[in-house]
Amino acid sequence: MKKLLVPSLMVFALAACETDDQKNAAIVDDAVGAQKTNVVPVDPPGTRTSDNLPDSLKGSSVFFDYDSYVIRTDARSTVEAHARFLAQQPSRKVTIQGNADERGSREYNLALGQKRAEAVRRALRLQGANDTQIEAVSMGKEHPRCTASTESCYAQNRRGDFVYLR
Amino acid sequence: MNLYFVFSNYIFSVKSVHAPYIHTMNNIATSSRIHIMLGSLLRLACALVIVFMSVGARAQDALEINIDGHSDRLFPVIIPVFHNEGSLPNSVSEVVRADLKRSGLFELIDIGPMTLPESREPDLAAMAQRGANAVLTATVVATSGGRYEIHFRLFDTTRATSNPVLGGMIMRMSPEEYRMTGHRIADYIYEKLTGIPGYFATRIAYVLKNNQRYELHIADSDGMNTQPALRSHESIISPAWSPDGQRLAYVSFEEQKPIVYVHTLATGQRRKLASFKGSNSAPAWAPDGKRLAVVLTKDGLSQIYLINADGSGARRLMTSSGIDTEPAWSTDGQTIYFTSDRSGSPQIYRLNVAGGGVERITFEGSYNVTPRPSADGKKLAYMTRTDGGFRIAVLDLSSRQVAVLTDSSRDESPSFAPNSNMILYATVTGNKGTLATVSADGRGVKQRLSIQAADVRDPAWGPMQK
Repeated sequence: MKKLLVPSLMVFALAACETDDQKNAAIVDDAVGAQKTNVVPVDPPGTRTSDNLPDSLKGSSVFFDYDSYVIRTDARSTVEAHARFLAQQPSRKVTIQGNADERGSREYNLALGQKRAEAVRRALRLQGANDTQIEAVSMGKEHPRCTASTESCYAQNRRGDFVYLR
Repeated sequence: MNLYFVFSNYIFSVKSVHAPYIHTMNNIATSSRIHIMLGSLLRLACALVIVFMSVGARAQDALEINIDGHSDRLFPVIIPVFHNEGSLPNSVSEVVRADLKRSGLFELIDIGPMTLPESREPDLAAMAQRGANAVLTATVVATSGGRYEIHFRLFDTTRATSNPVLGGMIMRMSPEEYRMTGHRIADYIYEKLTGIPGYFATRIAYVLKNNQRYELHIADSDGMNTQPALRSHESIISPAWSPDGQRLAYVSFEEQKPIVYVHTLATGQRRKLASFKGSNSAPAWAPDGKRLAVVLTKDGLSQIYLINADGSGARRLMTSSGIDTEPAWSTDGQTIYFTSDRSGSPQIYRLNVAGGGVERITFEGSYNVTPRPSADGKKLAYMTRTDGGFRIAVLDLSSRQVAVLTDSSRDESPSFAPNSNMILYATVTGNKGTLATVSADGRGVKQRLSIQAADVRDPAWGPMQK
């Protein structure tokens, strides 16, 4: 490899020397190789809504303890109400969005949020909702309801949200 | 194009013939020392011919310089204002100086407004008197069509009587390319003086949050020259550069769930890479650029899958009972580092891709996540929870020694420079996200990036640009 390169380099170096013996002659043209980027705007979606839901189900969430992925006693009635609604309305679909507090890496928190969403999904299924009606996803720490770095705030962000498709 | 190709070969061949002797001590927790033998440093072009003829006798001229992070041991250089630089609308030499200073390896000796034209050999004795071991001479030459050439040469002041020219080059630029030209000159100087490729002429990606708007941005390695690539009303996380630097994979929440996209920067074209039921996240390009590791939840909790770069052929890589996430490939493609809670707390593991064996890597502390191996395969950067909060640590993969590199409380998203010597990470200052770099060798040289924007996070350092 080395041997092959040397002669061609010497040819190059000598060629460069023809014009100016003292000038060190490697030339880089167009220093900027970086291409321009096109900015892509993403339009807000309009497909998901909690319209025409019973009032009792609108905007409801279930909250989780620190480092916990089990549905608390105080959240059971909320989960039951959603399960009942889904069982009665087999055409309705819901996305469970799991959330985590801000502490730690974004991706690991995404996995923790998923664990919470998955806990809710299982509970809904056990209580009569059909698998095809439910999708468990995670918003990680991207959808905080409260942004202060306090325990009471963190508690509001460790939650599962029910998002119904129209 | 042709000239550039020759130049690339040239650098390569010089490295193989005259690679400077670099010795880095294994103990990354203490200051590492880089011994640089200036005498074996490179000569350019014409000088090269002479070097080939008289090669062999150089070692005895060796000047050994120790760099260990104390300000009095930094490598002292003079990067003057370029001769005729006033003809440019923006200063190139300022970019060069800022790059070298930010690396934490160099001390910039100021000689005021004095210029050192490239056409003359500078008074090396006088420069040595000012404390410089190396000095740059440079001249800006206007050419046709509003373009310019920067002619520059680098001298070793300690070899005034023998052959003091370390090399030089001519770079052509339009005035608006002044930053990238400066980065390339800084890379040239960095490589000449350390023997390691520079990283200034590289790009970074990061996410900017402005009220409820999120933007994926591309910038130079110093955080300047920013360009938006994507705007969204929902969060964007985990940008990952393709090995060729042409595409970014990332996670977007624009459809109210995490979906992995691949985005071609030059065209703005983007398409879904992974949009399975559940969450899709943590893309990591394989070194060949043909497939990615991603994290999917379609079969339950977060698990790592391989998927082709066109979105086809998703297959589960391994099965664990808990969370597996944040995959990252070693440069040789044989190992995937990842985070898992299989032992109870989140810790870092590595998978032998061919054999399937899994080995735990981190043992200290109860929270070690976001593994990011260096391109040279020697180190692993990650995020660790300490008594004081979340910090960036680096693990020497051969000695298994850990060094915590940062000292604030919310440091995350480490990302190695392509030369493995610096780590870019996200931190929080005054409730706003900012980006910073820290030297990976434990010297603790930290610099904030000069991004003016409101709130930035999730940086990813791009590959070397061809």
